[in-house]
Amino acid sequence: MEELVQHIINGLNLGAIYALVALGYTMVYGVLQLINFAHSEVYMVGAFSAYYGAHFLRLQANPGWMAFATVIGLSVLVCLALGFLIERLAYRPLRGAPKTNVLITAIGVSLFLQFSGQVVFGADPKLFPQVLEDYPLMRIGEIQIQFFDVTILGTALLTMALLQYFIQYTKTGMAIRAVSFSSRSAVLMGINVNRIIMVTFFLGSSLAGVAAVLVGLKYPKIEPLMGTLIGLKAFVAAVLGGIGSLPGAVLGGLVMGLSEEMVVAYLSSTYRDALAFGLLIFILLFRPSGIVGKIKVEKV
Amino acid sequence: MGVVSRFVPLLVLALGINGCTKKAEISASATDSKEIRIGQFGSMTGGEATFGQSTDKGIRLAIDTKNSAGGINGKKIVLITEDNQGKPEEAAAVVKKLITQDKVVAILGEVASTRSLAAAPIAQQFKIPMISPSSTNPKVTQVGDYIFRVCFIDPFQGSVMAKFSRDNLKLKKVAILKDMKSDYSLGLAEFFTKKFKDMGGEIVSEQSFQAGDQDFKAQLTQIRASSPEAIFIPAYYTEVGLIARQARQLGLKAILLGGDGWDSPKLFEIGQPAIEGAYFSNHYTTESNNPATQDFIKRYREKFGEVPDGLAAAGYDAAQILIRALEKIPHAVPEAIRAELASTKDFDGATGKITINADRNADKDAFIVKVQGNVLKFVTLLGP
Repeated sequence: MEELVQHIINGLNLGAIYALVALGYTMVYGVLQLINFAHSEVYMVGAFSAYYGAHFLRLQANPGWMAFATVIGLSVLVCLALGFLIERLAYRPLRGAPKTNVLITAIGVSLFLQFSGQVVFGADPKLFPQVLEDYPLMRIGEIQIQFFDVTILGTALLTMALLQYFIQYTKTGMAIRAVSFSSRSAVLMGINVNRIIMVTFFLGSSLAGVAAVLVGLKYPKIEPLMGTLIGLKAFVAAVLGGIGSLPGAVLGGLVMGLSEEMVVAYLSSTYRDALAFGLLIFILLFRPSGIVGKIKVEKV
Repeated sequence: MGVVSRFVPLLVLALGINGCTKKAEISASATDSKEIRIGQFGSMTGGEATFGQSTDKGIRLAIDTKNSAGGINGKKIVLITEDNQGKPEEAAAVVKKLITQDKVVAILGEVASTRSLAAAPIAQQFKIPMISPSSTNPKVTQVGDYIFRVCFIDPFQGSVMAKFSRDNLKLKKVAILKDMKSDYSLGLAEFFTKKFKDMGGEIVSEQSFQAGDQDFKAQLTQIRASSPEAIFIPAYYTEVGLIARQARQLGLKAILLGGDGWDSPKLFEIGQPAIEGAYFSNHYTTESNNPATQDFIKRYREKFGEVPDGLAAAGYDAAQILIRALEKIPHAVPEAIRAELASTKDFDGATGKITINADRNADKDAFIVKVQGNVLKFVTLLGP
């Protein structure tokens, strides 16, 4: 029994991480119908900018909330800049091009960043600066809950709520929805579509920045290829929940995390990735719009 | 992964950024008899980059020393280094290139058994001797009579750790956490289990993961339920650090045990303080009073400004026995090199005395070391 509870806690934590990254995918997809494969690399760059920033400012010497805020700020800023560059240089020139072109470009950007990362940062794994101390928050018998576990889940839920509010109740949010609905009609309504797309990229990228720091603190090993697998899993989570939907991304992430945990615990870790991608195929076959999704999923 | 990795080679070509830090140094005079060409392949980039980089430094130290002393019979040794990015399929491709394009007479590499196993059939097919510095899976040298290694093998390493656990640490209940995708990890786990059971111990839980995983809490929670005294983790340093941390977070106090794949400065960086007090078997120790070892450490520090790890020492030794073989033969032809390598006996290397046995493996003792702060403390030396 204690084991099962521990597995549920572990699974939720893993799921919260997928959820956090999945939110970034879903934001961009909702507006552009583009699966931004470079998202996981923006996340990786976020982790490295936090790493270098913390070392430069010597933040590890006095960990705490101030150091944590600085590192998150840094990571988000760099991710914003990178998101801006990617959108401006790679995606905007292809605005009128067929979807496949944009998709392949996204994969290209992703690989470009992965391998440039190996050249610039070095390929060896590095220790993410521990700017905030993790400690056991609760211990009931054998069951352990860590402080970061709660923080990450809380951040994922809070971000989802804030984004949902932003999309539903602000003027920019309304414009985002309009562009998502039909970018051509949005232009006729006087909406600056390029600006709205840029805002979406900013939002998505800053989410990657936040996720990078939180995950970095929890799994403190960072390397240029760190985004690949987590990115793919998060993408599956987004599809599972219903891509384009914010609550769907969080739900999908949690379902993914929990089912992976249970598979590893009670079956074998061999099936971990098989399960993730099996789920993707299953969802695409039987419920292409995901658990809560409304919009139709584009075939990629 | 499938979709993305299919695009990798295309894109790498298209963008012209070849992920590697060291391009092959191909001199213009390929047929110049004034030089002896040796190939090296290793993981210079990728997740296990310190393996390739340490080995490379050890090899370069040996070759540069020889070259500055005049080379072999007046001929300079030219080292051609290829990066396999830590991927078995790349390893096979670069070794083929080294043999067919660069016309090397011998090959040094790899650390990881999976990659040595991918490359060995090609070296064997072209009859080019290949020396692995530190691949410990038994299958590597079984590929053929041109494949050698200068280290011990997993049946020995696994049973040494089992012996150490039973005799020295007096352990009864041990759990195993192994990497499903790695020949090295599976082999070690198998031989450890066999010996440990033979000696009256019990394997209370056996869990697995896949290289690249970040979360091991599911497996560790299962292991915790079986309350072992120690966990044997035959894996590479990249995962070990995270595993150790997560084990401690779950309140597991068991002793951690491992093999030579743990040896990297990164182990401390990522694993401390969770890794403190862990034991693993290794190829050498800096505390050895063997003059050859101390001489190697001194020169390595002068050249690279750091203390060599076990893989650097093994790389150095692989290059050393190749140089010894080249010195003994009039012409550097692969067949003669092979014969000479096979007769290596009592060579005084940085990792101890090396004798190549009939199976082309080295008969050597294993050093058990303990993690203390940021150093590896020598505990004991165990023979077969």
